[in-house]
Amino acid sequence: MSASAEATVLITHAVGLHARPSVKFTKLAKSFAAEVEVAVAANGPWFDAKSIVKVMAAKAPKGTMLHIRAKGDGAAQAVKALVDLVQRDFDEDADHARSA
Amino acid sequence: MRIDGIPASPGYAEGPLFDLDQPPAGYEAKTGAAEEKAALEGAIGRAVGRLAALIETADGDAAGILEFHIAMLEDDALSGPAFAAIGSGQAADAAWRAALDGEIAGYEASDQDYFRARAADLRDIRDQVLRALSEDSAPAPPPGAILYGEDIAPTRFLETDWSKGGGIALKRGSAASHVAMLARSRGVPMVVGLDIPAGPLTGAALLDAERGGIVFSPSPAETETFRQSASSFAGRQGAARTFLTEPAVTKAGTTVRVQVNIAYPSDVDGIDISTCDGVGLMRTEFLFGKTLPDEETQYHAYRKVLEWAGDKPVTIRTVDAGGDKPVPGFTVKETNPFLGLRGIRLSLARRDIFRVQIRALLRAAIHGNLKVMFPMIATPDEYSQAAALFAGEQAALAAQGVAHRLPPLGIMVEVPSVALAPEAFADVAFFSIGSNDLTQYVMAAARDNAAVAHLNSIRHPAVLRLIAAVAAFGQEKGIPVSLCGDAGGDPAAIPALLEAGLRDLSVAPAQLAMAKAAIADVPV
Repeated sequence: MSASAEATVLITHAVGLHARPSVKFTKLAKSFAAEVEVAVAANGPWFDAKSIVKVMAAKAPKGTMLHIRAKGDGAAQAVKALVDLVQRDFDEDADHARSA
Repeated sequence: MRIDGIPASPGYAEGPLFDLDQPPAGYEAKTGAAEEKAALEGAIGRAVGRLAALIETADGDAAGILEFHIAMLEDDALSGPAFAAIGSGQAADAAWRAALDGEIAGYEASDQDYFRARAADLRDIRDQVLRALSEDSAPAPPPGAILYGEDIAPTRFLETDWSKGGGIALKRGSAASHVAMLARSRGVPMVVGLDIPAGPLTGAALLDAERGGIVFSPSPAETETFRQSASSFAGRQGAARTFLTEPAVTKAGTTVRVQVNIAYPSDVDGIDISTCDGVGLMRTEFLFGKTLPDEETQYHAYRKVLEWAGDKPVTIRTVDAGGDKPVPGFTVKETNPFLGLRGIRLSLARRDIFRVQIRALLRAAIHGNLKVMFPMIATPDEYSQAAALFAGEQAALAAQGVAHRLPPLGIMVEVPSVALAPEAFADVAFFSIGSNDLTQYVMAAARDNAAVAHLNSIRHPAVLRLIAAVAAFGQEKGIPVSLCGDAGGDPAAIPALLEAGLRDLSVAPAQLAMAKAAIADVPV
């Protein structure tokens, strides 16, 4: 099996891929067997999408085009699920809109 | 002795001082690398367990922060360098501290406020494990204490009993930190950026987190003044709670629309849409920072606010750069910028940049109840040119099959020529009075010059007469008129504005409740 997939998505969440959004992102990435990586530029550097320390180190603020790639079992599903999560603003609007 | 700082969560606290920076007890080194590794593993496990227990009693925001801490602690990428250092002979505490300090330095070096503020979370994570290693527990502050120090850990905030009052005074810290967010939602007063002298401090202190400051060893007179301010703040907070959720109505039963002014899309995250009648002014200068924004960035910013507002109107002002708001690569250097190429004058001079904003607005319009207004209009020709650009871009989007909608187009009333001869603008969709600029141009007194600040009063009869004339013209022609300057939220100016005929004000979100309370006292 050498399935692979790649996509880019615009981060629209107010604080970007940080703290709470990155917890959700890495949890979702870990639910797939495929090896998943993220980058803020098409030519890398690439970071392990299952490590919150690495994902935070990518420093991807709002307005970043996030590159996501996966290799192995369920690669396409993993990339699609992660792109959807970013497009849904990490499901934060509903449970976060009235705080702060 | 009073020291000034930056308010991060408003309120007042009077109480004993408590030093946050007491060092944890020392760690006793173990006999070998295997024992050191086991000690660190155990300490991380205990720290995670303690956080998991805290989550049980935490609300949404706090639970999110704690989950982030747990996820970081459970990530091998964080502890890996520490275990490697132990393998080459270091003690567990030194290895962990060095590994975390490296991560913290990376966060502190960031040029983004939000990212830099996460350094406080990393320090918290570091210290939780260090405390677990030395099996030390942090001493608890006395009830009602003012906690002072370099910075405060989020877990420390959550473990503190705030039911007896108290506050936070920090040398560093940030209004963007997790603790500041928690403090605001729990009503704990907090001030950051205080230049507190080194060395132990004792006795009581007064924390003023409304203006931002702390008084050490206060005199009886200082304490008396402080208590009056604290009591006035509590009274205003109480009034705010009563009025905030109700529609604004005068003493005579006249309904007044109260909208909010916002400068950033994220401003709406802290506002309950049910407490206001929409957005009366969304500034777009924030987009024009270091670089000129592309269409996608603008579209997403506008769409976020439109979707938040639902059916309620969102009035977006096209970019008002120039004057006191220069933008590199866009504005020009002038000797008299307030009377120069600013607002719509600049946009019409740089149509390539203006067209990008127009396309983003046309596309975003399908996501809510959008209205668009132009700043600094002086002649009907400027309005016609701007409206023609909207029509041109609309036709181009239609030809490309891109979803869009043409919003109602209105103008700001801030140049006296418009207020003196509004009949030239009978075909605009609405008027929005920009009271700050209108006042400075009528009184010939620059807004940014303290020496002429006494002249800059909206309550001067000349300014009020112009506002009344615009309100009357709007009523006669059926053109909506609102006001979105600072005066709209000023309790001292509100009676005069309503008497001048205005029934639609737009105010800073923090002034919403106070403005509604002031409206309720007006007899019109």
